Amino acid sequence: MWLTAMNNSPGNTARLIGAGLRALLVLTLVTGVLYPLLVTGVAQAVFGDQANGSEVKDSTGRVVGSELIGQRYDLPLKKGQDTPSPDLRWFQPRPANGLGTNTVNRQYELLLSGATNRAGDNAELIRWVKDAKAAVVKDNSTADHKVKPSDVPAEAVTSSGSGLDPHISPQYAKLQAHRVAARNHLDVTAVEKLVDAHTDGRVLGFMGEPRVNVLELNIALKDMAAKH
Amino acid sequence: MSPVLSGVLQLLALIAALALAYRPLGDHMARVYSSDRHLRVEKWIYRAVGADPSAEMRWPAYLRGVLAFSAVSVLFLYLLQRLQGVLPGSLGFASIDPDQAFNTAASFVANTNWQSYYGEQAMGHVVQTGGLAVQNFVSAAVGMAVAVALVRGFARSRTGELGNFWADLVRGVVRVLLPIAVAGALVLVACGAIQNFAGIHEVGQFGGGTQQWQGGAYASQEVIKELGTNGGGLANANSAHPFENPNPFSNLFEVFLILLIPFALTRTFGRMVGSLKQGYAILGTMAVIWIGFTALMMWTEFAGRGAAFEIAGGAMEGKETRFGIAGSAIFSVATTLTSTGAVNSFHSSNTGFGGGLNLLGMQLGEIAPGGVGSGLYGMLIMAIIAVFIAGLMVGRTPEYLGKKIGTREIKLAACYILVTPALVLGFTALALALPTPANSMTNSGAHGFSEILYAYTSGANNNGSAFAGLNADTQWFNSTIGVAMLLGRFLPMVFVLALAGSLAEQRPIPATSGTLRTEKPLFTGLLVGTIAIVAGLTYFPALALGPLAEGLAA
Repeated sequence: MWLTAMNNSPGNTARLIGAGLRALLVLTLVTGVLYPLLVTGVAQAVFGDQANGSEVKDSTGRVVGSELIGQRYDLPLKKGQDTPSPDLRWFQPRPANGLGTNTVNRQYELLLSGATNRAGDNAELIRWVKDAKAAVVKDNSTADHKVKPSDVPAEAVTSSGSGLDPHISPQYAKLQAHRVAARNHLDVTAVEKLVDAHTDGRVLGFMGEPRVNVLELNIALKDMAAKH
Repeated sequence: MSPVLSGVLQLLALIAALALAYRPLGDHMARVYSSDRHLRVEKWIYRAVGADPSAEMRWPAYLRGVLAFSAVSVLFLYLLQRLQGVLPGSLGFASIDPDQAFNTAASFVANTNWQSYYGEQAMGHVVQTGGLAVQNFVSAAVGMAVAVALVRGFARSRTGELGNFWADLVRGVVRVLLPIAVAGALVLVACGAIQNFAGIHEVGQFGGGTQQWQGGAYASQEVIKELGTNGGGLANANSAHPFENPNPFSNLFEVFLILLIPFALTRTFGRMVGSLKQGYAILGTMAVIWIGFTALMMWTEFAGRGAAFEIAGGAMEGKETRFGIAGSAIFSVATTLTSTGAVNSFHSSNTGFGGGLNLLGMQLGEIAPGGVGSGLYGMLIMAIIAVFIAGLMVGRTPEYLGKKIGTREIKLAACYILVTPALVLGFTALALALPTPANSMTNSGAHGFSEILYAYTSGANNNGSAFAGLNADTQWFNSTIGVAMLLGRFLPMVFVLALAGSLAEQRPIPATSGTLRTEKPLFTGLLVGTIAIVAGLTYFPALALGPLAEGLAA
């Protein structure tokens, strides 16, 4: 049976390879050129905002990012610091310990994505989680509001899969409301209402998890603080 | 609503959607692969290829078509990456190094989509859309073609003819994959997946300054990467990246795309062999395993055992807020029980048992429901093993779908099931015996071992997901995983097509009262048991050293 399978004269093989090459080129034209151009054309015409990254503007009309891409809300890096401290005036996103660094085409500083890939028993991950939890408790405890470690939800102290998670849970947003209100000299109930107004429920009531978009929440917070 | 209940409802919605699509799509594919008519666009393609789509091929000719097309594809994709640095429309990205270009070319042609490169900073528009996404279509169509050839082997008698490879390839792309991909891509764009060919540009940030984005044909590639059970993302974070998978609905939609064709092919199979019930028995086997794995995955991930997860209060490491634990568990099972390997959460940060389920799912041979085409032929091979075992028990010559399972058939089936375990265990042992490969591990101990076991399991089974702590961009891993992917894809196809040829030549045996009723639930039970025994006997020792040790210690 192997003889029949491999019984090729050189001419036959060349013809077959030629047919394979032509098939690949034609299918590349169809699926690699026409198909993406068609989808791009329709997408740009009908869903222009989404197709270009769902950019978000603040009240002055300036583009401040994408509603889909999480950002950092940090203070400028101080001398001697490796990582900047969080700017506690703003709602804080999840940790992102797995983002890589530009290693390939270093002429750019592209927005990267990535996870830590640490296992549950990994010593480094255990330390990160412990440190993050301690920081969340410390940062969010105000004079009249003490945060307990058991109040801190899991996503607040773990890195997401993309490292660009734009959301936090409503629980974590509420937990930050006291601190944010204090730092911006705002009323806690007003900030909590703001969180409620920016909480998205499950899609159709059952898909995914309830969540708060941190960028949109901070934009609204900035407006509220400015009006105050 | 509790997260667990939301997970159960999402699973039920998914089952309902798949059930709705099952009949129309399964019947459509049966018509596509049985029809004598050629569409006008197909005729143009055949003329360009120089092939006669009506010429019947015996199995060696069919196999030569598969191998020639795939060999040319590997070479083309390799050269495209090697030339990226001088190709226009490549964002100014440099050419890919030879070992990585070989690995990536092998990976995408073998329907694996293992990625040792960092998507958003390595591959420009031309390689992504004109190279990688093209293979997402055609490698899927090749898998379907081989499956259909095997089904014809069962359906036909006293002929060695299995159909025409070029016609099956082109029809799979034009009549099955493309229409669904166009519609699905627009659904994803509506959800927020990006679709543009922008260059690298700056976008403002809340706190001042800018971030640097590259555009990309994300939606059009995302949809075929799931639909064709390929799995290679544009971005490093794959389907966890918000531009690839923007919200909870797109998440469920992507899982639906992953499972759509593999399940529906069982209907196509039933139609083509003239007994829908035979298809349902196969479907039942796949569904039992898939639902069982999903339930187990939800259980272990919601339980969240593991030191770091217990301190955090839940296994959310590597998972996105919008999907939560349930949406991540459903995706991670679907992607490892098929040959997809796309991820919306990072499997390396699953619980010990959760990562074990990902590994075992692939080690079953990706047959529940498996990759497009490869899932069906893999499952039919297991059905042959099952009737053989049943035949031994009662002392009758085993037969399946009216064809005798003789020495030649069982030898080919046995060769098929030996290929991937040999590659997985052989390469894992070799990597661990050598001094340097272990330097690529991020985690140590049992999980470090699992990283390497996972890499070869994923490669040889053409999955493509990873315990991604492993730095796989070394010459050792690029070349050995590249070889594992090619052998793991094409050697089984050789055995499948030889088997199809041998079945097609037989005359059908009429069913008697002594014939094993392979359309009954009893057979589904026997098949599930056979699959569990074959995978268990093969992989239990390796699993015990990795995920079981990790899970039991937690």
